[in-house]
Amino acid sequence: MEWSFLLVQALSGLASASSLFVIASGLTIVFGVTRIVNFAHGSFYMLGAYIAVTIVPWLLEFDRSPTLFFAGVLASALAVGALGVVMEVLLLRRIYRVPELFQLLATFGVVLIVQDLVLLVWGPVDIPGPRAPGLRHGVYILDQRFPAYELFLIFVGPAVLALLWLLMHRTRFGVLIRAATQDREMVGALGVNQAMLFTGTLFLGAALAGLGGALQIPRVSASAQMDLSIITEAFVVTVIGGMGSVPGAFVAALLIGLLQAFGVLVFPKITLVLVFLLMAAVLVVKPWGLFGKPEAAAGRAVLPEGILDPRPLDLAGKVLAGVALLALLALPLVDAYAVKVGTEVLVLALAAFSLNFLVGNGGIVSFGHAAYFGLGAYGAGLLVTKTGLPMEPALVAAPIVGGAFAALFGFFVVRLSGIYLAMLTLAFAQIAYAVVFQWVEVTGGDNGLVSVWPSRWAASREVYHYLTAALTVAAIIFLRRVIHAPFGATLRAARDSAQRADAIGVDVRTHRWLGFTLAGAAAGLAGGLYAFSKGSIDPTLLGIPLSVDFLSMILLGGIQSVLGPVAGAAAFHAVKDFFMPLTDHWRLFLGLSIIAMVLIFPRGLAGAWASLRRRPA
Amino acid sequence: MDDRVLDVTGLRAGYGPAEVLFGVELHLARGEVAALMGRNGAGKSTTLKAIMGLLTPRAGSVRFAGQEIAGAAPFRIARLGLGYVPEERRIFTDLTVAENLEVGRRAAPAGRAPWTPERLFEFFPNLAEMRHRRASAMSGGEQQMLTIARTLMGNPEAVLLDEPSEGLAPVIVEQMAEAVLRMKAEGIAVLVSEQNLDFAAAVADRALILEKGTVRWQGGIAALEADEDVRRAYLTV
Repeated sequence: MEWSFLLVQALSGLASASSLFVIASGLTIVFGVTRIVNFAHGSFYMLGAYIAVTIVPWLLEFDRSPTLFFAGVLASALAVGALGVVMEVLLLRRIYRVPELFQLLATFGVVLIVQDLVLLVWGPVDIPGPRAPGLRHGVYILDQRFPAYELFLIFVGPAVLALLWLLMHRTRFGVLIRAATQDREMVGALGVNQAMLFTGTLFLGAALAGLGGALQIPRVSASAQMDLSIITEAFVVTVIGGMGSVPGAFVAALLIGLLQAFGVLVFPKITLVLVFLLMAAVLVVKPWGLFGKPEAAAGRAVLPEGILDPRPLDLAGKVLAGVALLALLALPLVDAYAVKVGTEVLVLALAAFSLNFLVGNGGIVSFGHAAYFGLGAYGAGLLVTKTGLPMEPALVAAPIVGGAFAALFGFFVVRLSGIYLAMLTLAFAQIAYAVVFQWVEVTGGDNGLVSVWPSRWAASREVYHYLTAALTVAAIIFLRRVIHAPFGATLRAARDSAQRADAIGVDVRTHRWLGFTLAGAAAGLAGGLYAFSKGSIDPTLLGIPLSVDFLSMILLGGIQSVLGPVAGAAAFHAVKDFFMPLTDHWRLFLGLSIIAMVLIFPRGLAGAWASLRRRPA
Repeated sequence: MDDRVLDVTGLRAGYGPAEVLFGVELHLARGEVAALMGRNGAGKSTTLKAIMGLLTPRAGSVRFAGQEIAGAAPFRIARLGLGYVPEERRIFTDLTVAENLEVGRRAAPAGRAPWTPERLFEFFPNLAEMRHRRASAMSGGEQQMLTIARTLMGNPEAVLLDEPSEGLAPVIVEQMAEAVLRMKAEGIAVLVSEQNLDFAAAVADRALILEKGTVRWQGGIAALEADEDVRRAYLTV
């Protein structure tokens, strides 16, 4: 390998690091002040690109000058900043005090809404942007051609870092942001209107995301998938750098940019795994990132109110559960479609129940639970399609695969708490997704695997429905037993106060790790059952949207109730199944529903049921 | 009485299911220093937090400078001219001394000379030398000075001062007492929560004693020093 080649590789790593920093800096500033991890930051990035591919060509019609190009880029950033203000005023302002799980879900609702709005406004086709006038040529560095625009991008990151430093240290607004990052209540007690400060922060953060997106248009086309791919990288950067730290984001972006540029030479297919290894290594040594502060993120984490006091079902509950079970068993009497939906509900109910085992009972807010569901599905599917084994051993393998990966990832996850934990589960899920997506020879990539069929005896829809019912109900009853058992109570104790649990001799980490593994195994079983019910599997089974679906189910069902998630899964799936064929804009609908749920219905269906029954007759 | 800058009646507050204050009645006259005394857990800090709006009062009235402020947002209360110095100091440790003062800066009411960093550095000479030092690199006593200076930057008419002498070396406690007296000399009313009778006697004109969330005794500081029964009933451990 020649030096000149390595140099060019390093330069292109620096260029992507620079772009990544511009985006991640906005995310980390917004988190620092508002303590909200803004999923919609990726949407702001995407909007920046879309707005830029719209207005920059229009401006270049007047004069193909660099000035107008960059004026267009800046205008796009400012327009996105204004959208950030809209989001702060309409949504964030209402959710500063709600538990972080709900905040994440609500901002993910915004992601869904923006995705549909972007399709409505700009259509489904990717839009290429114009190249930057004056920077279209290549520069020769040691005989290697390097695009001038990339060279320019290398300088944007440090320039933004310098400007942010000046803003943070030389202006009152910046000093207030830094003070609020540390103690926003005290800033309020000194007479600073936090609402104005937060609105200003959102403007800044969104504008930085928009700038990052707008600067990308000469390199990549604006597309409707930009949001989720960038948000994962931005999350990884902010987590490694320490959430809330701008210099941390800069260092982390450099590390990741260079790691990817050189990792591609050594392990061409698994650069994402390298990024994961870096993140895992950093978090094991410094659980709050390179420049993060423990008290800032973890000290004020608000957990959602979880399962408090699991009791045996009373008579009404028993009747309700019995009726629901009988209804599921009687579905084959209705029609084939009802059986299909019923099977799906059972599978999702187990997945949701296993997630609430973590969230409601353990206080472990996993944002990537679909990973274990999907890995279980792939474990079973690969066994059947690649080795020719029948369904039965594959259904044994599914929970083992789900549990094994949960044990591996969980080993790191349980070392963290609060928002860092949620980010890490999300990052692991995205890595699993990326590996499944990219490893085409084994997993079939985007197309997935087909002909994952049950054994002959279970081939009919009805028989498979009963098989699914038997296994999911058994698994749910088993997990419910665990919640009621001392192990479940120990997890609740660790959830309510890890320190106190630790002080009375509970090995918190090991208990959480076992709980995480158990939940992963249950999700894996659900995934395996799902694979055979469909006959095919694809990477969406590990995707963020499915993880969010699971979270929506437990939120809808009520995370403080033991059996609520089962009802939530049924209601969520029934509604989705009913509405999706009726509208082209189901994401818009789903996003608005999630936000509405967070704002007006935070205790879920079971909460509503409980308060209905408490009402004096 | 028109000379009351702060007037609290029937104040009730608490945390979650725990009730802490059961109808606190107190007032603060313009320019006076009053000591809010009582044992640990009597409700001193809670009273100050509820007045400042950091804890939403459940019932009762808090009037400051003629306006009802119970239930208002803390920043609105601060802007009316009520300063708050928390017990835990809550200095912005990532910021320099000068930046901490900047966070507290608010315009002075018309006709009054505003506090500036220069004036405060005369007031607290120690701070002048460490103007550009990060607050995390300061001693506890220096941080306590800074938290008072930061509040004064808001040009308050009255200050709620929560346990200023707690955990400080005797020589620093003396400096704190001087600071309170100088605030008084500037015409600022101070409600100081305190367990230390010597400190209270050095700075306050009047004392109020809280127990179990209500004011049980009030009177001149000299009367409190003379009355051993009261001291034994409410103050000694």
